[in-house]
Amino acid sequence: MNKKILATTSLAGCFGCHMSILDIDERILDLIELVEFNKSPIDDIKKFTKPVDIGIIEGGCCNSENVEILKYFRENCKILVSLGECAIMDGLPAMRNGIPIEECLREAYIDGPTVQENHEHIIPNDEELPVILDQVYPCHEIVKIDYFLPGCAPRADLIWNALYALITDSPMEMPYEVVKFD
Amino acid sequence: MENLENKIKINLDGKIIYARKGSTIVEAARENGIYIPTFCHFEGTDPKACCRICSVKINNRLMTSCTTPVTAGMEIESNTEELKDFRKSIVELLFVSGNHFCPTCEKSGNCELQALAYRFKMLVPRFPFSFPRKEADASNPKIIKEQNRCIACKRCIKTIHDEQGRHYFAYKNRGQHLEVVLDPVLGASISDALAKRAMENCPVGSILYKGKGFDQPIGTRKYDKQPIGSEIENQS
Repeated sequence: MNKKILATTSLAGCFGCHMSILDIDERILDLIELVEFNKSPIDDIKKFTKPVDIGIIEGGCCNSENVEILKYFRENCKILVSLGECAIMDGLPAMRNGIPIEECLREAYIDGPTVQENHEHIIPNDEELPVILDQVYPCHEIVKIDYFLPGCAPRADLIWNALYALITDSPMEMPYEVVKFD
Repeated sequence: MENLENKIKINLDGKIIYARKGSTIVEAARENGIYIPTFCHFEGTDPKACCRICSVKINNRLMTSCTTPVTAGMEIESNTEELKDFRKSIVELLFVSGNHFCPTCEKSGNCELQALAYRFKMLVPRFPFSFPRKEADASNPKIIKEQNRCIACKRCIKTIHDEQGRHYFAYKNRGQHLEVVLDPVLGASISDALAKRAMENCPVGSILYKGKGFDQPIGTRKYDKQPIGSEIENQS
């Protein structure tokens, strides 16, 4: 059997979902037999080098770079999976939704109680920096997402069951205990 | 042998069950070990029928089972694919109309909204998120009223009152601006027991007892292992 090609990325996330992928423990040895990793923080490949079967997205979209990468994944992956609360429901980053951008940036760089040594009251605005969006968007509101695996972080068993089902084209087991939102 | 004198025969999802005369469909179902989900309805209070999650079909019409009394020979559809999806859509609407961030919520694992999402296998809401801007009111010495999570079910208004019948919680504003607020004057003297009961009765994490939270490890909370309603379905 040809190995399926897998790619992963973390957008507005904390890498907790990637930690949960590693939490599949010794099954990672089985995974390596079944898949080949392409663009992913796990192998540090920066650009897609071949068409990918399964793309896994952690985190929602909070800036223009997140949107760009998400669209890049959609163009190069046959199947796209939203992994974790931030990708599906925006999670913690969405706590800024509803607060105007100016208020957020002022709190972060000027008025916040932990701000020090910004005597010139500069809010970073270099053209090299990604533009922050008006709110955080869940991935499925930007591109088509095929599957959703909730959790913060998603249980390792849920990730393994889903990956195994997708790789082997078999039905997925979803016991009650493994689908949780926290 | 069971006394069937005060009971009437009804048909629920093709199963003949015996219901107490005068009971509602929700009560009759529960007494027969059949779970119909409810939000705004709370045992011991008058039904309100505003959340519609308990909807069933009678004569091909949607009816709220918390307010509809049983009648002899009634034929009720409840656990059909269509109604399960209808109820799931209500849960999804509640998720997108507030700010329900489960990972940071003190009630996570004990929350009825979350538990129903688990029961209906909600992986993502089918509706777009609205992310309304709402505030938390922490001015009361014992209670935090977290408006981001309130689903306006009215349980706190109906069940939390003093000995004279004065209500601690009330509706404020109307329509989409409607909020459930804690009376700042009466609320200042709320007892510990009543504040804790307010938190328990709240189906979501909108009423929080101050100084306590995240005290149950993951895996030991109410809905970690068993779906909501299984206590009714598993009764002997």
